[in-house]
Amino acid sequence: MKSSDASRLTLILLFTPFALWIILLVILPQIGVGWLSLREKLGPREYAFGFGNYLDFFREPIYWNTLLRTAWISVLVTILALFIGFPVAWYIAKIARQRSRAALFLMCLIPLWVSDLVRAFGWILLLRETGIISGALQWAGLSSGPVELLYNDITVVIGMVYTVVLFMIVPLVSTLDGMDNALLEAGYNLGGSRLTVFRRIVIPYAMPGIVAGCIITFMLAAGSYLTPILLGGKNSMWFTEQIYEQFVTRYNWESGATFGVLLLVFTSGVVWLGLRLTGQNLASTVAKE
Amino acid sequence: MNVAAPRSGLMRGLYIGYMLAFFFYLAAPLVAAAIFAFNDSQFPALPWKGFTLDWFFGREEPVIGLFHDRRLMAGLINSLWIGLIVSALAVVIGACNAFLFERKSFRFKSALYVLMIVPLVIPGVILGISILVFSSMIANGVSDAFWWEWDFLRPGVLLVILGQLSFLVTITTLVISARLRKFDIALEEAALNLGASRVRVLATVTLPYLTPALFSGFVVAFLVSFENFNTTLMLVGSDAPLTITMYDRMVKVGSTPVLNAVSVFLMVGSGLLALASVFAQRPRRGEG
Repeated sequence: MKSSDASRLTLILLFTPFALWIILLVILPQIGVGWLSLREKLGPREYAFGFGNYLDFFREPIYWNTLLRTAWISVLVTILALFIGFPVAWYIAKIARQRSRAALFLMCLIPLWVSDLVRAFGWILLLRETGIISGALQWAGLSSGPVELLYNDITVVIGMVYTVVLFMIVPLVSTLDGMDNALLEAGYNLGGSRLTVFRRIVIPYAMPGIVAGCIITFMLAAGSYLTPILLGGKNSMWFTEQIYEQFVTRYNWESGATFGVLLLVFTSGVVWLGLRLTGQNLASTVAKE
Repeated sequence: MNVAAPRSGLMRGLYIGYMLAFFFYLAAPLVAAAIFAFNDSQFPALPWKGFTLDWFFGREEPVIGLFHDRRLMAGLINSLWIGLIVSALAVVIGACNAFLFERKSFRFKSALYVLMIVPLVIPGVILGISILVFSSMIANGVSDAFWWEWDFLRPGVLLVILGQLSFLVTITTLVISARLRKFDIALEEAALNLGASRVRVLATVTLPYLTPALFSGFVVAFLVSFENFNTTLMLVGSDAPLTITMYDRMVKVGSTPVLNAVSVFLMVGSGLLALASVFAQRPRRGEG
């Protein structure tokens, strides 16, 4: 009996930090935001409960347009990151020799550890009117005056793909790494063309990696703040910026909380849909290192 | 012959070209941010006016280098100690979580495991506002009920620490679990059979085995904390960490080469730490 008591005690001891962390820092705060989003401000210190803040959101086109815009740019960024990242991951996992593989992988990871702010700053120096690319274009005679390459959607997309593509490559490399080349050989020997082998063998095999990469990429894109604001300028119309503005500039916490709930519902909805459509689950994709 | 590689020489050449272009794309903004830290000019832009280290060490107006810029240095110090506290806490809780999920069985384990991962897929801005809202609710509650002013629950260092901790624990848990999973439980059993107590087994067998993962979890948590912006932005008080200070400078003053110096500093610092963590994770000889 004594040893089971001891094991019960360790279970409780190990469970306590987990419970404190998840309840106090994750669950209750989220409930708090949900509660605040349902509180309507009537006057100073006068509140009512209802869906008024949500109605306000749908009544004001600029708000839901911003959310839609955030959504489709994030989807676009995710797709681009997948198409750009897949060949790179394939090269690292399947083509590069053992030695250069580790080095290439590390090279992919180094920008990962540099703050978003530094990367965005680098893009600004490259792309702005007095920046390097504008200067190079003038020097090469391709343009007669300074060219402003910042503050448009293409720049925002390029900059965002840059910040998230590494999160696509890492899970792809670890999945593709586990794939035996014999699978490919078997496919070819059975008469499959390159395309068939790719479609019927490689993609199904890489699916957990693809899903994991897409989820992380999409979350990071939809939740990003610095890149769209610094590269997109004042008119970037990004949803996290609206949240920040409601909280900090307008001090309207109720509507900021409403926006927060909407962003969370929306991103979790997309993640859930992605997992559902591909038959994966969260624990097996995101948590798989 | 590698079956995974393209067959024709042309395709192979194109593929290598693509890889080079990709790494060029990765490097370009970092190089741009780094290079102007060494340009002897008031603006981080061409033309090149000669090499200088003044943006690191300069003392006089108008060129005050990073190491003599009081606000940036204050930000750096805030970042350092916030990072150290947060990572230490995240490693301790993460290690407990790893043992909990790898070694123990209990009801609703798989559901709770998913819950443990969830913070990783909540946007950072939302984690930030949720901590802000929740702590303000508590602070307002005690203020209304008891007339106590709990200022530590207002935006400031404590909230930044809690906000970053909310998702860093997931990361450290995953890093530590991955190594604990590979541990051969027979080693512990052998030590127990030889008469060691549970605590002693933990201290002399299991924890030494986990040390590389604990170290690398700490480094990863520290780096993520150091570079975090989204969560911190919502929770910051007067003691702003470096990324917030740098952003403020960028928005209010515009870009100056001292920000390039900060960038170089961050790149070198985090590059070295990341390498240290990679080497700590490497399997040593005699280890499966």
